[in-house]
Amino acid sequence: MATPKTLFDKIWDQHIVQAKEGYPDLVYIDRHFIHEVTSPQAFDGLRKRNIPLARPNQTVATADHNVPTLNQHLPIQEVLSRFQVDTLVSNCKSFGLDLYGLGHEKQGIVHVIGPELGLTQPGMTIVCGDSHTSTHGALGCIAFGIGTSQVECVMATQTLLQYKPKTMRIEINGTLEKGVLSKDIILYIISQISTSGGTGYFVEYAGTAIESLSMEARMTICNMSIEMGARGGMIAPDETTFEYIKGREYAPKGEAWDKALTYWKSLPTDEGATYDKMYVYDAADIEPMVTYGTNPGMGIGISKPIPDVAVNGTEKDMEKALNYMGLDARQVMKGQKVDYVFIGSCTNSRIEDLRIVADFVKGKKKSDEVEVWVVPGSKRVERQAKEEGLDLIFQEVGFQFRQPGCSACLGMNEDKIPAGKYCISTSNRNFEGRQGPGARTFLASPLMAAAAAVTGKITDVREMI
Amino acid sequence: MSFQIVRSSAIPLPIENVDTDQIIPARFLKATTREGFGENLFRDWRFHADDTPKGDFVLNNSTYSGSILVAGKNFGCGSSREHAAWAIADYGFKVVISSFFADIFKGNALNNNILPIQVSEEVLAELFDLIHADPSSELTINLDTQTLQFNNQEISFDINPYKKTCLLKGYDDIEYILNQSEAITAFEANRKDAHFLVG
Ligand code: SF4
Repeated sequence: MATPKTLFDKIWDQHIVQAKEGYPDLVYIDRHFIHEVTSPQAFDGLRKRNIPLARPNQTVATADHNVPTLNQHLPIQEVLSRFQVDTLVSNCKSFGLDLYGLGHEKQGIVHVIGPELGLTQPGMTIVCGDSHTSTHGALGCIAFGIGTSQVECVMATQTLLQYKPKTMRIEINGTLEKGVLSKDIILYIISQISTSGGTGYFVEYAGTAIESLSMEARMTICNMSIEMGARGGMIAPDETTFEYIKGREYAPKGEAWDKALTYWKSLPTDEGATYDKMYVYDAADIEPMVTYGTNPGMGIGISKPIPDVAVNGTEKDMEKALNYMGLDARQVMKGQKVDYVFIGSCTNSRIEDLRIVADFVKGKKKSDEVEVWVVPGSKRVERQAKEEGLDLIFQEVGFQFRQPGCSACLGMNEDKIPAGKYCISTSNRNFEGRQGPGARTFLASPLMAAAAAVTGKITDVREMI
Repeated sequence: MSFQIVRSSAIPLPIENVDTDQIIPARFLKATTREGFGENLFRDWRFHADDTPKGDFVLNNSTYSGSILVAGKNFGCGSSREHAAWAIADYGFKVVISSFFADIFKGNALNNNILPIQVSEEVLAELFDLIHADPSSELTINLDTQTLQFNNQEISFDINPYKKTCLLKGYDDIEYILNQSEAITAFEANRKDAHFLVG
């Protein structure tokens, strides 16, 4: 009998073009997503080498990081942003590549549009010059972020030289309490194993709590795998996955669908397969989470105080973080004032996230103390939200419903949080200055963000539902 | 450009989990070339909002200089932006020493002729002590023998043999892979039938 294999090993092994002693594996890449920030130097590299883009039909481009979220029909105001987006347009043209650029009905954050268009499928290898490429792993594929030299490498050869990472299994079993979302699961995991606990590993999330999640909720978890240092995260494809993909634009159809389904069903980890590391958690132990520090590992359950010992760093790092955040050790986060609420980013900007928020705030009013930006992940999400009337609910409550892009997740466009201000954000990084120089970020779920939008303070959302 | 022996004093940055947003903040990622990022290396730690230097940051302290950066655990975590490696290289660093590197950063560094050297927590602590006690202390890195020398000690470090050859000879992955193109087309032909998903 063949040796039992993990989901990861099966896909990896099927994509090895060449395995040579003393060399990394030469791995074939099925799908390459590119965007304006990490591609210009790679296109330049192709030009210098005088070679074409190897497989344009396996490459998909969009503009997301720099785009404004208001008045997208107008030229981009910020000169450098405009230049970078224009450079993508001209590069796509000269290398014969389709571009879902600004204004295109398929435009959006690269990790939102991949699954949404059916471009992301189980069993694939997917890369992008962006660390949150791990998002796509939720559909049962190997997806990871790469640097620009590697973007150029995939453009030139459709392959990458890669060392096979170790495998880790993280199991979450049981049932989540009401008000606890998949974002809380991943913030909890990172707070437990630290921002470097996953380095060198590729993670498979499993267990009954994971299985019961929707496809979109699974994406939120895989998205933040990189926040524990892991190269990527993945979840075995199952009926939820197949149901999600079926009928999407680039999904296999007819006979190809049947063939694909047979293949996809062969992917889940075999019984008896082993991992290099295992963690098991109980869903019932997870509360709504919020971060207090300047890395995603500095997070706590809403009922707990900020620790007075160093977590995920030295004592000096902890002191530096709390100092930056203007918070004290042992302080509880509940009641902490917020100034901005950002609901968006590739972690939580899909239609389900917007539905959760709309459903919660319907009939309530936003606090006068906060400014709230709801930024959909893609044009499709924006359209769908409007079709469902979610935009009207947001308007009613006093939220700004904006146009799609990365927005305040990293503040490359105008959407920056002013220095010293507090923002509760559904994005994935609370690093110093991530949302703008001096900005202070609390990472949380869409529900926790919505609750804070209503009260103007960090609130335990469980008390409001 | 190939990687030779590096002999230099070092700059200490004893902070853990230095993320690539600190190394180069997102607002400086709008360039379309690889040049000039050194100017904004550690921008918000190095400069006030009005662009005046922050006196207490190590890069603004003339006591410390050199082409080696010694940094706390989990250096380069966060975003995959290769701009972080470009900024470090452009500033003039050839080697970064830490007790732990984030994966993507490590790969990006190697692809840009920067040698990331992982040492034990103890050695890292010794290095910080040494540099703080005498900022002119020299470190010698020999890639060929995979050794780091300081204070009459010699420590060996790991590097993957393929990447070592690339650094020593100045090769890059793309040149190597382009020479394997037959294997790639054979792979594609082979899975045409089995792999109906791509196209
Ligand atoms: S939303 Fe944020 S994390 Fe996601 S791709 Fe954009 S910048 Fe990166």
